[in-house]
Amino acid sequence: MRYREDNRYQPPVNPGRRRFVQGLALGGAVASLGLGASSSLLASTRKTMGGPEILTGTFFDLIASPLLVNFTGQERFATAVNGSVPAPTLRWKEGDTVTLKLTNQLAEDTSIHWHGIILPSTMDGVPNISTGFKGVKPGESFQYQFKLAQSGTYWYHSHSGFQEQTGHYGAIVVDPIESPPYSYDRDYVVLLSDWSDENPNDIYAKLKKLSHYYNFRERTLNDLTSEIKQKGVQQVWNERSMWNEMRMSDRDISDVTGYTYTFLMNGQTPAQGWTGLFKRGEKVLLRFINSAAMTFFDVRIPGLKMTVVAADGQYVQPVSIDEFRIGVAETYDVIVEPKDDSAYSIFAQAIDRSGYARGTLTPDSSLVADVPAMDAGPILTHGDMGMGHMNHGGMDHSQHNMNSAPAMDHSQHNMQTMPAIDHSQHNMATNKPKPAIGSGKAGYGSSTPVSHAKTEYGPHIDMRADDAQYRLDDPGVGLRNNGRKVLTYADLFNLNTTHDPREPEREIQLHLTGNMSRYMWSVDGVKFSDAEPLLFKYGERLRITLINDTMMNHPIHLHGMWSDLETGDGQYIPRKHTVIVQPGAKISYLVTADAKGGWAYHCHLIYHMLGMFREVIVS
Amino acid sequence: MNKCALGIILGLAVFGQANAAMEDDPILAKVMINELEVRATDGPNPVIWDAQMWIGQDLNKLWLKTEGEYVDNELEEAEFQALYSRAIAPYWDVQVGWRHDFKPKPSRDWFVLGVEGLAPYYFEIDASLFVGESGQVSASLEAEYEIMLTQQWVLSPEIALTAYSKDDEEYEIGSGLSSMDLGIRLRYEVKREFAPYIGVNWSKKFGQTADIARKHDEDTSDVQFVAGVRIWF
Repeated sequence: MRYREDNRYQPPVNPGRRRFVQGLALGGAVASLGLGASSSLLASTRKTMGGPEILTGTFFDLIASPLLVNFTGQERFATAVNGSVPAPTLRWKEGDTVTLKLTNQLAEDTSIHWHGIILPSTMDGVPNISTGFKGVKPGESFQYQFKLAQSGTYWYHSHSGFQEQTGHYGAIVVDPIESPPYSYDRDYVVLLSDWSDENPNDIYAKLKKLSHYYNFRERTLNDLTSEIKQKGVQQVWNERSMWNEMRMSDRDISDVTGYTYTFLMNGQTPAQGWTGLFKRGEKVLLRFINSAAMTFFDVRIPGLKMTVVAADGQYVQPVSIDEFRIGVAETYDVIVEPKDDSAYSIFAQAIDRSGYARGTLTPDSSLVADVPAMDAGPILTHGDMGMGHMNHGGMDHSQHNMNSAPAMDHSQHNMQTMPAIDHSQHNMATNKPKPAIGSGKAGYGSSTPVSHAKTEYGPHIDMRADDAQYRLDDPGVGLRNNGRKVLTYADLFNLNTTHDPREPEREIQLHLTGNMSRYMWSVDGVKFSDAEPLLFKYGERLRITLINDTMMNHPIHLHGMWSDLETGDGQYIPRKHTVIVQPGAKISYLVTADAKGGWAYHCHLIYHMLGMFREVIVS
Repeated sequence: MNKCALGIILGLAVFGQANAAMEDDPILAKVMINELEVRATDGPNPVIWDAQMWIGQDLNKLWLKTEGEYVDNELEEAEFQALYSRAIAPYWDVQVGWRHDFKPKPSRDWFVLGVEGLAPYYFEIDASLFVGESGQVSASLEAEYEIMLTQQWVLSPEIALTAYSKDDEEYEIGSGLSSMDLGIRLRYEVKREFAPYIGVNWSKKFGQTADIARKHDEDTSDVQFVAGVRIWF
């Protein structure tokens, strides 16, 4: 589907092209691989409305195999688990020891990584990085076993090849031993993903050949003339000149878009929609998981406030919002309380507004809700390039005493010449009790100056953020000043007191780097295949500060250990497994190196992670 | 020889595509037929081509370039370049190699040193210096700009300038700035890889090259309507 000029998704009108999942298993094609696939397994058909099957217990037989699916009107092979795309939802119990036997009936290696689950390196499922794990060869099996020391919403996915893009992902819910600090009457997993009929290898090759291949909301002559009418030639020239000199596009939001993607909610296309039922007055817990390969989603339920109660599976102090951005691999648990018998749309628009996934919360499956129009396509600002002069909105300083939060809003002039620390001290005067963001105290982020390594200069790097700032209370491009209360990281505080209250013993500054037009991605200008592992000392408490020297959002995932995100309160540091680093911004988190062995550490965008990846060794 | 080279290139290209699985920097190949067009003239309408291909990785590539003109069932002009291309800056590649002019006869060989890339304000630049066997030195500069009228309609003005250090009567070339092509093409991208276009091209000869043309009773300036197709894969 090619979307129209106005960026509004138009559901296909031709009934012959209507999208629906058929989920037909092509037994013959699989059997011809000669892997002894049993026909009973392959004959399993998908349920349509409810999303993937839910499996419970402590022993699970998981079989990865090819599956013929139809999300777009074209039949394509997907990578399925137990004949299902998305893979079955696994419902576990905190304290249990679970055993999972993964059998590979694909023609290539596979694996499963249990995203966000704290477990030994040997069970983490990253080929050639997890200690002793080389992946699961075709026709072979691997048995995972680990004890669940946590509860919450997580997910699992292949860590081999581009299999996540082709369907190898599913939800995990770990029910807590002690009842949660909130009540709810029912809960649903809301698994968001992006499906393409194209082979992921072809997508990657196209991006290397023409990096804006999938971007169909580039600047046009019409944009220019209307801006000139509005602002005059001089101002438009001034605004355009930086972008033109840098040879970068302020419309460059997503590398891969709705041009090739069909966005799914619990495996359902937008035309079809996923449906969740409720009874009036019930509290419904929605467990949002972004299991997309490349797509950030902005999620809202028009007519309902959402109360965020957990982020990345971990309880946070409840915060009431209208909308949240969910980066690839993040999870958010929200509670909604529909007070009437109306239907509500769960609307998850892609960050670049090239399409959306949607579902319906309804008391009656015959009731449908209006699907809202997508917002205007986001446009990056100079601030998103780490060039200072940020002037975003959406900041609500009344929340959580965040007066001391990021150095962003006041005195915009001369910001480029002012180091972050001075700026925050300026803010601190208004709120003495708490240290300022950027003070170096645990929970408040780094006071170390930003510096670029020598390896960050060369043909492989197209930009370096000269004035990267903490932008915790920045809802991000496309969500600023939209009139809705949008969740930001500055709203996230742990419900419990900080797990490890030590001050960090040392700090590692890592720069997320790349060259968009050559489609090269790296950390500190060094791609994974050329990089030495990062070494953590067992038991140490360290700070990692990430600087985003690119114009893309990167969701950074550290395996095996929590990323204790410094959001401005040392006592209630929230724990995440995946942290969005906004374009041109910096962010810091603390890590307790309490898990020995080899761990993956990478950008979770699948076409970035080949280069923007590090091995971490804890010893 | 030409066919053999093409065979090897296509073979490598197929290998490159197949080899793309899960390496951050796979060997890839891209074929770009930037211009393949008919030009309207008073006499037989010439077919012009300008095509390039690369094969390689992010920073190091083999570039092949060919341009030529086919008129009245005859190859009028045809040149071929084989260049090693190395990225030297975020948007710039240095290219060094060899150029062979098959036509007009007698054929000529050149050493090539060029830069190709994207200048600030999105000007696509291809600048080359050619050193011939007889000590002839030639310089060429091509610049192109793309104006997005919509997401699919693209207007692209371009300019090409050529200069020589010496006269070359056989080639009807005089020293100094010899020729300029100024064109503007409007294409419709049916998809990214396929775009038919129409346009206008103005060719102008200068200085001694123009004098030679006048001596042979040829035009020194010519405006032609063009129609063609742009393809890459």
